[in-house]
Amino acid sequence: MMSNTNAERWLLPEGVEEVLPPQARQLEQLRRRIIDLFHSWGYELVIPPLMEYLESLITGAGHDLDLQTFKIIDQYTGRLMGVRADMTPQVARIDAHCLKNDSPNRLCYLGPVLQTNPKGLSVSRNPLQIGAEIYGHDGLESDLEIICLMLAVFEKAGIDSVFVDLGHVEIFRQLVVQAGLDSDEEHKLFDILQRKAKPELKATLAEWELPDDIATMLMALIELNGGREVLATAEASLSGANKAIKQALTELITIAEWLSTRKPDLQLHIDLAELRGFHYHTGIMFAAYLPGHGQAIARGGRYDEIGKVFGRARPATGFSTDLKSLVRSGKVEVEEIETIFAPWSDDTELATVVESLRKEGKRVINQLPGHEEEGEIKRLVNENGKWIVKE
Amino acid sequence: MTTGLTLALSKGRIYKDTLPLLEKIGIEPAEDPEASRKLIIPTNRSDLNLMVIRATDVPTFVEYGAADLGVAGKDVLLEAESDNLYEPLDLNIARCRLMVAVPKGRLLPQTRPRIATKYVNLTRRYFAGKGQQVEVIKLYGSMELAPLAGLADGIVDLVDTGNTLRANGLEATEDIVTISSRLVVNKAAMKMKSSFIKQLINELSEVI
Repeated sequence: MMSNTNAERWLLPEGVEEVLPPQARQLEQLRRRIIDLFHSWGYELVIPPLMEYLESLITGAGHDLDLQTFKIIDQYTGRLMGVRADMTPQVARIDAHCLKNDSPNRLCYLGPVLQTNPKGLSVSRNPLQIGAEIYGHDGLESDLEIICLMLAVFEKAGIDSVFVDLGHVEIFRQLVVQAGLDSDEEHKLFDILQRKAKPELKATLAEWELPDDIATMLMALIELNGGREVLATAEASLSGANKAIKQALTELITIAEWLSTRKPDLQLHIDLAELRGFHYHTGIMFAAYLPGHGQAIARGGRYDEIGKVFGRARPATGFSTDLKSLVRSGKVEVEEIETIFAPWSDDTELATVVESLRKEGKRVINQLPGHEEEGEIKRLVNENGKWIVKE
Repeated sequence: MTTGLTLALSKGRIYKDTLPLLEKIGIEPAEDPEASRKLIIPTNRSDLNLMVIRATDVPTFVEYGAADLGVAGKDVLLEAESDNLYEPLDLNIARCRLMVAVPKGRLLPQTRPRIATKYVNLTRRYFAGKGQQVEVIKLYGSMELAPLAGLADGIVDLVDTGNTLRANGLEATEDIVTISSRLVVNKAAMKMKSSFIKQLINELSEVI
């Protein structure tokens, strides 16, 4: 084994990154703009803790999140704690348990999360998760608001080539029910659909000996992706499906229409077999992609059951993304502010001038003796006993 | 990224078997990659380039969007365990079988047999599925040598004609899975260049 020599002490763990100047300033500016944006839409900021007991962190969200969560022992109680890998369950806990009002809550959050397993290239193990949720409203109106808010976030980040993938988890779930699949079979079907592996699906359906009508619908599902025209195709090819599936299609058609009216330039893609995170979703699901990246930059959707384990299941819909990815993929303009250099002096008059310049929003840097800045810069100079800014 | 498509292929059998399929749908490379040192090869269609890379790298290139499409053996895909790309089409080329082989006349030991393979994940999963714990030894080539040299009790490898096994005194004992090459597609490309890619998939599916 290689030992940690002095020369390698600076190395960070795989997938763990830090943000340095000037990107850190871009990131901070974007953070402020997004939080202000959320505020201007009426979303209240919550700051959940970095770690909490494992049961409340990984609840309901399934096996994936469990694997993604770093675990530590609480020395006080001997109980197992987790460092959050996703803030969504925390915010659900806050809505269900801490804010006891019955009217809709709009909540937003931002903070570091840690993930044990970086999923894919350029995916960090310590993203800065940022997101927004609406609790307590059951209807497409809140789904639409969340999608529009996500698009507004991209706009703030200077990302304009984004396109949105829209789906509905009930279509898959109800077809599984209609086909009478057990959980192993459901898992296998899910895996095949994620890879759109049509030949494998065909072989598997034949092996399960499903009735023709349901097999035909499952075969159709794997092809139901593309532009908005897919929804019309879906209505035809899923005509033998149950009421819940038809209801889901109607919901998708409505959302797609609303979006095309409000955001005529948005590239909208429909994919009825894209199901990542379907374990806790209950309705509309969406993801935002950028050209060339196989991984979504943001995702979200409806998950009405999420608060149940905390004693209050309220309808919920939301989205989240990673602030660092937004900065990397977007174009964040940083406000340039005037920089003035001040010489070292024990003149209290200078200190007063510096303070008032900073109050005016200028950036004043004290020069240290022996390290004076050269060249064409703005500096404070003493002329006839008065400190003035000279170029 | 241009609006055209890049198709990643590996040299050797997959390339040889894919070319006739491409030819049938009217796509021909501008030069022979076996002779050329170029890694990106234009075709007679200005909107399609070929990229020639190592077989095991194809899923990686496609997953991260360095290539929009690729042709990869199912063995490589199963080993990579990735659900971050689409595999919509079985091209039915470069067919072979993934098998367990042992020295002729011998059996794998009951407890913790040592298996040499380049398919570490696949091997572990296959034996775990049978309820057997194995010790997997990762090798990069010449698997057949491992049992002869006493490095392993058996091997997991692709078998085509079986000649290499026979020449080294091995025999295949278990059939794990039949392998053929798949068309793989980058997830974002499938969405953003949907009509283009779907057309290509349809055309290819008609000539397989």
